[in-house]
Amino acid sequence: MLDKFDIQIREAEEHAVIETAGYLNDALGEQLAEKAQELIQNGCTQLVINLEKTTLINSIGISILIEIIEALGEREGSLNFCGLSATQERTFRMMAIAKYAGIFPDEESAIANL
Amino acid sequence: MSNEHKVLLTIPMHPDMELAAAKTGSVLAEMSDFNEEAVEEIQLAIIETCINASEHSQSEDKEVHIQFLVTDDQLEVKITDRGVGITADTLDGTRLLGRPSVHPDLRKRGRGLQIIRALMDEVVIESSPSGTTVSFTKKKTPI
Repeated sequence: MLDKFDIQIREAEEHAVIETAGYLNDALGEQLAEKAQELIQNGCTQLVINLEKTTLINSIGISILIEIIEALGEREGSLNFCGLSATQERTFRMMAIAKYAGIFPDEESAIANL
Repeated sequence: MSNEHKVLLTIPMHPDMELAAAKTGSVLAEMSDFNEEAVEEIQLAIIETCINASEHSQSEDKEVHIQFLVTDDQLEVKITDRGVGITADTLDGTRLLGRPSVHPDLRKRGRGLQIIRALMDEVVIESSPSGTTVSFTKKKTPI
């Protein structure tokens, strides 16, 4: 649960994958938002966020994910999530995130459905 | 005869200290054979409640007191602060909305209690000008 937080970015021609590890709270969330904004400002508006190594996401982390969804929406971009636990997926659906971003079991399908 | 175990924990209102409470809850839930999904739900409910206490209680002692009560078929968690109490608009989240969202149903803040209510079987909130106690119960699902 107390895994060190980390963000990895894998950029491809048409999209980028952001992989987070650890506890997605305000601290990790702000780093994630910063990286996502950099990508969006550089024209990369097709994003996948891989949460497979993200052990817990609190409501502040979720609010930051919503800001990324909105930033992409303003640029007509799209965002897919993958690697969510059952509880994380349930929470995302409850908070309407699933209406504006895709949820896929793995990175491959999340990229294929951008 | 039923087994009943009580564990008491006090954490300071410091960033990420909610993880200490969540970890304690997860250990107790795992020891009581809750399934993996229930353990994560319990952790999330504890985290959200502790964050609410830290952000909104204005407690002078800056402490959150947590009582875990494990019985054969459920885990009950009581989380108490000695702050100023919470109001009805805090309870329904309307005071915590933050910047208006582009998508009206994507509300950014004030969703902690909604998460707790959705994930736990019972939630009771008692609040007065001398503090708030949020109690929630997760019942064990037969495997």
